[in-house]
Amino acid sequence: MTSPLQKKLKIAGPVVVTANRLADGAVIYRTAGEQWTTDLAAAAVVTTSEAAKALLTGAAADLVRIVDPYVAPVELADGGPRPGNLRERIRAAGPTFPLPTQPEANGFAARDLHVCA
Amino acid sequence: MYVHDEFDRTLIAERVEEFRDQVGRRLSGELTEDEFKPLRLQNGVYLQLHAYMLRISIPYGTLSSAQLRMLAHVARRYDRGYGHFTTRQNLQFNWIKLAELPDAMADLARVGMHGMQTSGNNVRNVTTDQWAGVAPDEIEDPRIWAEVIRQHVTLHPEFSFMPRKFKIAVGAAGHDRAALRIHDLALQLHRNGAGESGFEVMVGGGLGRTPFLAKTIKPFLPKRDALSYVEAVLRVYNQYGRRDNIYKARIKILVHELGAEAFAREVEQEWQAIKDGALALDPATIAEIAARFRYPAYERLADEPIELKKARAADRPFDTWHGNSVARHRMPGYAIVTLSLKPEGGAPGDATAAQMDAIADLADRYSAGEIRVGHEQNLVLPHVRQHDLHDLWRALDAIGVATPNVGLVSDIIACPGLDYCSLANARAIPVAQELTRRFRDLGLARSLGRLHINISGCINACGHHHVGHIGILGVEKNGEEYYQLSIGGRADENAELGALLGPAVPSGEVVDVVEDIVAAYVELRERPGEIFLDTVKRVGIEPFKERVHAAR
Repeated sequence: MTSPLQKKLKIAGPVVVTANRLADGAVIYRTAGEQWTTDLAAAAVVTTSEAAKALLTGAAADLVRIVDPYVAPVELADGGPRPGNLRERIRAAGPTFPLPTQPEANGFAARDLHVCA
Repeated sequence: MYVHDEFDRTLIAERVEEFRDQVGRRLSGELTEDEFKPLRLQNGVYLQLHAYMLRISIPYGTLSSAQLRMLAHVARRYDRGYGHFTTRQNLQFNWIKLAELPDAMADLARVGMHGMQTSGNNVRNVTTDQWAGVAPDEIEDPRIWAEVIRQHVTLHPEFSFMPRKFKIAVGAAGHDRAALRIHDLALQLHRNGAGESGFEVMVGGGLGRTPFLAKTIKPFLPKRDALSYVEAVLRVYNQYGRRDNIYKARIKILVHELGAEAFAREVEQEWQAIKDGALALDPATIAEIAARFRYPAYERLADEPIELKKARAADRPFDTWHGNSVARHRMPGYAIVTLSLKPEGGAPGDATAAQMDAIADLADRYSAGEIRVGHEQNLVLPHVRQHDLHDLWRALDAIGVATPNVGLVSDIIACPGLDYCSLANARAIPVAQELTRRFRDLGLARSLGRLHINISGCINACGHHHVGHIGILGVEKNGEEYYQLSIGGRADENAELGALLGPAVPSGEVVDVVEDIVAAYVELRERPGEIFLDTVKRVGIEPFKERVHAAR
């Protein structure tokens, strides 16, 4: 399989580098200070292929603590990044319905995603 | 219940310690992810969108109350207090931490449970009828044969790195409740004209992006030859199955491309060379395995006791539930009870730790400590005395598993979909939840009769959408969720793949489209008793297509 670092990166807007944390699988984002955060608002947002590749290269050097880093699209709104597609929205906020035991933990309502009235 | 022997217990305990060492080395950086990933997958540990997922095997869908209590404990201690029963009679925990997995597995090992062979290119959990051993229309308990196969293929070196995963199911009843024809290999017990029982062998079934129903390659196989014939099928697949293209690696592609007859000839040749060797099953071995399945000491009881008749006459909700969720047992005075894990607005197949504990207690009290898991993602109490049904129903209703919708429109099969799964393109659970709300009127649901909706969040088809009476497949188009609908599929003894109704519809319309399909069925059926599938068979899909497309 081709390493993410060897793939051509085509960037069509602002992006972040995201991964899962090794110890618990939590969704994490690369920061400008070359650390990891679970808060998307604190992630480094870049807009060019070169910058994205540099961010990804730094992330890939940290594979002892993380799993499967990749570049993910974001939208910039109110000055901060928001997930750029449905998959990333779900990764950031969790399942789109209340969990059986944690009704308060659902990230956002199904109706926000135009499924059903 | 099946009683594990010392060999099983040792094997599972040793695997836990091996995995503990592997996790430790991964966390310390000694192992890279590339090195570790195949090791964790061999223990059923996946990495999903938000967290690790642990898939736990439930052989032939049989659980003891102690095992269910342990699953509740693991849900509470290591996860978020619930688990998800799957279409392969397994259970998945969705939020488990890698660092805690060895401890969780050690706890599971105490009751003989593990995640081995719930991932990887090996023989997966051997599944069967959730009514095995108690169904009145059964020749004999199919779990005996599932267990023979399980013992043989567990950690079998020759079958640990096959071209792709391999799913086996075994059935022994007149009605197929195990979805045999959608398996890589299925064995169906029959009786021949001489009164002897033997297996019909079916191969090459499977769903996914290229769905096929399994084809019969041996109409009647003597039971003594069951294991050698399974071995021959596995060997032929292992030799000729494609390893160069993951999309063409399953046995269904090999059987399709070679042709069932040619495939059968290959198997026959291999089988002739081994059938009288070490894999020929002698009756003593089978008897020993059969003896490890313990049945309750059934009492001599009469069917339809007076207490039950009185309760049904006096308590209408109980009577409704009884009519829907209680089935005839092979023993007079007993019943098979299905527990619906499909409440209105719920995620199909999910059960909380509190529910699992309560069901385990009820199993001890009313069902000889035994619980079954069905591929429809419901649970079963298999040994309930009929005069206990009213009390049991009250207890089940109190914990939310007595919705009388078994086999009806809101008894939906759904995979975890994009809410959890890293392979998914679209969500499945929210669609199922909204459908249960739309069809919340259980009187209407009963009037519709048997109607199965199956939903998958991607082409891999874990939600069995191809064989749903109404099948729903989530796809992604330009970043938006769309859903393809099909009708006419079924997974029973008359298995069929559904036919597509047309282009995919946007997520906001999918529930409306299902409602249109159901409305068309009500208009088209000849009489109230004609079930959806029979109407589709009689009129074809065109009237349904017209209805769906005329409305939009």
